[in-house]
Amino acid sequence: MEDMLFYDRMQFAFTITFHYLFPQLTMGLSLMIVYFKWKFLRSKLEKYNEAAKFWMKIFALNFAMGVVTGIPMEFQFGTNWAKFSELTGGIIGQTLAMEGMFSFFLESSFLGLFLFGEKLLGHKLHFVTGFLVFLGSWASGFLIIATHSWMQFPVGYEIMENGKFVLNNFSALFSNPWLWPSYLHNQLASVITSSFVVASIGAFYILNKKHSEFGQLFVKTGVVFGLISSVLVAFPTGDMVAKNVAKHQPVTFAAMEGIFETEQGGSEIVLIGQPNMLEKKLDNKIAVPNILSFLTYQDWDAEIKGLNEFDAKDYPTNVPGLYYSYHIMVGLGTIFIGLMLLATIQLYRKKLYKTKWILWSLLFMLPFPYIANTTGWYTSELGRQPWLVYNLMRTSAGASPTVSSGNTLFTLLGFIGLYLLLGLLFLMLAGKIINKGPHILKH
Amino acid sequence: MELFWYIVLVIMLAVYVVLDGYDFGAGIIHLFFAKTEKDKKAITSAIGPFWDANEVWLIASGGVLFFAFPTLYASSFSGFYLPLIMILWLLIFRAIGLELRGQVHNRIWETIWDKAFGVASLLLALFFGVALGNVVRGVNLGMVENGVSTQEAHYFFLPLWNPTFSPQAEHLGIIDWFTLFLGVVSVVALTIHGANWIIFKTNSSINDKLKRVVYILNFVLLALVVVSLLIWHIIEPDPFQNFIQYPFMWLFPIITFIGLFGLFKVRTFKKHGMGFLFSSMFLLGGLASTVASIFPKLLPSTNTVNPSLTLYNVAAHEYGLSVGMNWFFIALVLVIFYMVVQYRVFKGKMDDVGYGEH
Repeated sequence: MEDMLFYDRMQFAFTITFHYLFPQLTMGLSLMIVYFKWKFLRSKLEKYNEAAKFWMKIFALNFAMGVVTGIPMEFQFGTNWAKFSELTGGIIGQTLAMEGMFSFFLESSFLGLFLFGEKLLGHKLHFVTGFLVFLGSWASGFLIIATHSWMQFPVGYEIMENGKFVLNNFSALFSNPWLWPSYLHNQLASVITSSFVVASIGAFYILNKKHSEFGQLFVKTGVVFGLISSVLVAFPTGDMVAKNVAKHQPVTFAAMEGIFETEQGGSEIVLIGQPNMLEKKLDNKIAVPNILSFLTYQDWDAEIKGLNEFDAKDYPTNVPGLYYSYHIMVGLGTIFIGLMLLATIQLYRKKLYKTKWILWSLLFMLPFPYIANTTGWYTSELGRQPWLVYNLMRTSAGASPTVSSGNTLFTLLGFIGLYLLLGLLFLMLAGKIINKGPHILKH
Repeated sequence: MELFWYIVLVIMLAVYVVLDGYDFGAGIIHLFFAKTEKDKKAITSAIGPFWDANEVWLIASGGVLFFAFPTLYASSFSGFYLPLIMILWLLIFRAIGLELRGQVHNRIWETIWDKAFGVASLLLALFFGVALGNVVRGVNLGMVENGVSTQEAHYFFLPLWNPTFSPQAEHLGIIDWFTLFLGVVSVVALTIHGANWIIFKTNSSINDKLKRVVYILNFVLLALVVVSLLIWHIIEPDPFQNFIQYPFMWLFPIITFIGLFGLFKVRTFKKHGMGFLFSSMFLLGGLASTVASIFPKLLPSTNTVNPSLTLYNVAAHEYGLSVGMNWFFIALVLVIFYMVVQYRVFKGKMDDVGYGEH
């Protein structure tokens, strides 16, 4: 039984982690492509259209990867988490079915038109198809996060005698206090990924002295989008998400902040340290007193409950994993703001394209927004453990009762092999597109 | 209310079979009949802008199944665990075969992805027929051993096969001679369907050859249909019970046979879309007849201990189902609008769309 649950969790974690490498780029990138196309319509400068077309190629590749790795996600609710699906399907099935009907049809119908229809449609309608693809992908994110929010903070339900969760208030799913902060936080994080990718490729072109006209456009656009999104992801959205956790999931909050003991007169904020689960303390700690209390409650002395106040069986299953995920995300987020701020200052002083060290930093930043997005989701998901539906249904109660561990391990290994191949192909083809670069402009 | 969602689900699955069915068929044609680069290009261009949207019908059907009939979704997806995951892998191979082929101009690269696309399409067509066979045949709900359920009444698990390959064995497998037979029917029917789509949407030089292929395969299909009607009796001794009780259901087999016999005239059709119309009728009628014959069951039980899963005992709660109708109608209007736009922009022959070139 323990094996079964372990492999079910590993398979979901592995497939969702790999899957979300792609939508996090396409959601943000669709916004930026729409921006390039809009700039083209306004200015009639060919370089904006070429920029849009170049990023459409990267977008198409990522989108295809996102689609093929996304279908297994919907299937796995039933294949690996049958008991969970049976008991909550009447509620989370709503939002998941809506995602299929409202966003997947929209995206898939207009993506074909967007990729192949520029000549057939003309530039204005082509812009509209791009906008609809953007709308579809953001609607998809919204409905997924509505589902996620219900699991974190269940609303609008009642539980029947047979254990089934039954919906009794549809609109509550969308006015869930968990939903909007999480959605905005996640979408901004997606814009961060696309901004850094655009800026990073731009820096590559400038440093490589090839396509440097596009390099400058990409760096400039990436830096401006990057600064705005990096700031907004931390404040107000990240702050609001954290306050939700502090209010509704205090044990999770204690674990992710690394607070083992309740402190009288206000809690410190931990910058560095390793959770020591044997002695229930933080090793090698560097912390600043009272800051956490202030950030959370705007009161230097507010009491924050430590893990010691809770029953060990309700602790998040992997306290160190949760703590590291959260700290990596926050640490990277801080670096993003700093780098983008410096880059913007140099841009304003018209020195950015010659400031080599910033360009190199932008280039090497490419993987880090992916890590920040992933660890952000790990914070959220590990933080919900040991629950599937917070405080109502434990993860151990949700797995498929008849699928043995041998079968799950078999499919997990299959997914690992297949996704390794997909990942290699993706890197190879993305590298090829980037190396070839946008069309050279005729002047 | 359950009945409404049942009809929605069946229609969505039927639309999926007709739309993605031509993609699978095109893949099979691509594998066996396309020899020149030009023919291959015509085939991939004919499905290029559509296959992704077609596949969404599967995902959306899955979503509706999850939301309206969560118990069936949970039971069948976990019970058919291995074949479903394998279908996912095949869908991935088909998609990357189509999408990645044109990205690198190299003969070995192109050959690999051509085969991946073709073989995955062939196996998917086979698997979907096998899946239908499993639903008709039923499963050992509750995993009854010696008259006692070893699991909750609506859960089961099937291995890929059991050594006897018999649909009447005590321990069933996904693949037995009955389900495999339906798999073959599905491959033949979808090959015809895909060929008709290519004839409809391209001016490819193999179109004349494809008309011959459709004509010959149609005899095979007719023979297979007759045999399947005979062996059906072994699985379900009284398959016409529903048709006697609800005479309007005879409409479905009639549509099936109009489609089947209409296709024998494929070589004389003036309009290129006619063949596609008839093969669509065959698929829609065949699927509807099958579903109608087991109505109201969705997944029959092969033991006498646990009842079959029907649309009444697996549905979600009333409120959720009725509130879902509101958004569903809005979404449906939008989906129809998207399809109209899509098929108008890419109307006519598609040889020159240049799909997959970057």
